[in-house]
Amino acid sequence: MMVKAVDYLEEDPVLTVVKQPRSANRAWQRFRRHRLAMFGVFMIVLLVLATAVGPHLIPFDDLFIDIRNRFAPPLSGAHVLGTDPLGRDLAARLLMAGRISLTVGFAAMVISTIIGTVIGVVAGFYGRIVGTILMRFVDAILCFPTIFLVLALAALIKPSVVTITLIIAATGWMEVARVVESQIRTLRERDFATAALMMGASDRYIMFRELIPNAIGPIVVAATLCIARAILMEAYVSFLGYGIQPPAASWGNMLNNAQQYLGSAPWLAIFPGLMITLAVTSFNFIGDGLRDALDARLDVS
Amino acid sequence: MAADMDASSVLDVRNLAVSFRTDRGEVPAVHDVSFTVKPGETLALVGESGSGKSVTSLAVMRLTPPAPQASLTGSILFRGRDGQVRDLATLAEHEMQAMRGNEISMIFQEPMTSLNPVHRIGDQIAEAVRYHRKVDRQAALDRAEELLVLVGIPEPRKRLKSYPHHLSGGMRQRVMIAMALACDPSVLIADEPTTALDVTVQAQILELLKELQERTGMAVVFITHNLGVVAEIADRVMVMYAGRIVERGGVVPLLKHPLMPYTHGLLRSVPRLELAAFGQAKLEAIRGNVPDPTRMPQGCSFHPRCDHAELGRCDRTIPILEEAEADHLVRCHRWRAIASVEA
Repeated sequence: MMVKAVDYLEEDPVLTVVKQPRSANRAWQRFRRHRLAMFGVFMIVLLVLATAVGPHLIPFDDLFIDIRNRFAPPLSGAHVLGTDPLGRDLAARLLMAGRISLTVGFAAMVISTIIGTVIGVVAGFYGRIVGTILMRFVDAILCFPTIFLVLALAALIKPSVVTITLIIAATGWMEVARVVESQIRTLRERDFATAALMMGASDRYIMFRELIPNAIGPIVVAATLCIARAILMEAYVSFLGYGIQPPAASWGNMLNNAQQYLGSAPWLAIFPGLMITLAVTSFNFIGDGLRDALDARLDVS
Repeated sequence: MAADMDASSVLDVRNLAVSFRTDRGEVPAVHDVSFTVKPGETLALVGESGSGKSVTSLAVMRLTPPAPQASLTGSILFRGRDGQVRDLATLAEHEMQAMRGNEISMIFQEPMTSLNPVHRIGDQIAEAVRYHRKVDRQAALDRAEELLVLVGIPEPRKRLKSYPHHLSGGMRQRVMIAMALACDPSVLIADEPTTALDVTVQAQILELLKELQERTGMAVVFITHNLGVVAEIADRVMVMYAGRIVERGGVVPLLKHPLMPYTHGLLRSVPRLELAAFGQAKLEAIRGNVPDPTRMPQGCSFHPRCDHAELGRCDRTIPILEEAEADHLVRCHRWRAIASVEA
């Protein structure tokens, strides 16, 4: 008894395949129309390229002290953006600081997204007691003023790029957890989750292979906003002196060094401030654009 | 736990009862349900919404909520591929997980939403294979292709790479069936698998199920409220009302000579073309609604809607499920009287 696939093919009106563009393509089209988001992408690409390549192009090392050219204003000589109180080239320092700030932001985002996703998915999937305990724990951490939490942790632990990243990640995963939890709570009621259960799939499989891919949009949005927050947080902590330690530069500790010369050498504060603003707003724009592009579930029937 | 079980049947449910705990107290959903299914046989579970047919099937899959929210009593004896009889009602969760989709499978009503929108259908079927079989991805994909051929999907190799939204409802239901059959289950529970489909497609899916059943010899428990479908596919029928079996028997005797007034009512509520032609288009309905499970009427739960109800009897005691003829059971105080009048 061979199968009658061919018969069906001829007479079956059902088997016509509906042509539809992938929804990912449509999301990308929507994203591209979002001007601010595209501006954000452009700025971030520019920042990443500049911090990656720039330091090799500038003739000064970020730690080189040009003692005769201290406080050189921008565009006044060999130093394009001027120099700091020790005569170090500001452009070189800005770019090296950018490397650290962006790396810290990105790494902290990855860690906090993973923590937040795992906690959110477990809480949302199991619900009831497990969910309540986990989400009240999230609420409890959110109750702490984050900056104090970060400072307290940073004061206890010897600051380095790695520990700062971990500390920022440890205080930044709650938003992701909330987003994921609410997504999973609705997704697990969907028929395909029940269907997977019927097929004998394990809880872990359903959570991570069936449900999370369906929540990826909101997770990406939360993660993008998380980078912005992490960069800002790193700047905060470094500004207050508990973060990246000199002589290594970060935008935050450059601002810290600049504050006593605000009147005499304002460029020392303006440039790092500008970089922080640019990076953070760009990531926020990208986050907004992604939200608009991915959240429109109009086309998914 | 090799319980005594009829050697010829694959599934033997005995005195199954399920109740849910709600804010308004313990609400019984299914009481005292017993039935058996033999390999290659189709048992249709018929009833209105809320009659407990879906809860019964979920209970067999052990997918009713866990202990404090719902309680499940009775036994669900199942003969595995290895010939061993297990009671699914008391099986540990991880053992049950190994049964689901493997030895006992389920397809359900909404093919449009039962597939995961973000995975290719080939991967979804392959995963259903890999839940239970230790095979590599490629072997699982080969099996998926084989299954697509089996359920009559053209160009199976190409379709493996399709996403669910590329497929129509009938095609998706075929994919669901392919997933359910991935591991050659001995029992397939089909919970209204054709309700959401076009009539023409319904017929194709029913045809496909029958054909697959002939080929694999699996037992099918077919849940439906469509008596036309029952006549088409079932060997035996079990009519449920308010959580109880009210009539059970072979498909021909039960549909030709229903004994329980409720079954009668259901049959009269089926639209018929030949009556419409004679100007008798008025469709009968059973008056009233399915009772609220928190406020079950005393006595026979159908008596408030029954034309034959006898005060003082039907509203006092719950009738027992008695054997009217060989393999034809009915739960009614007055079936003899009704049968003699109608004869």
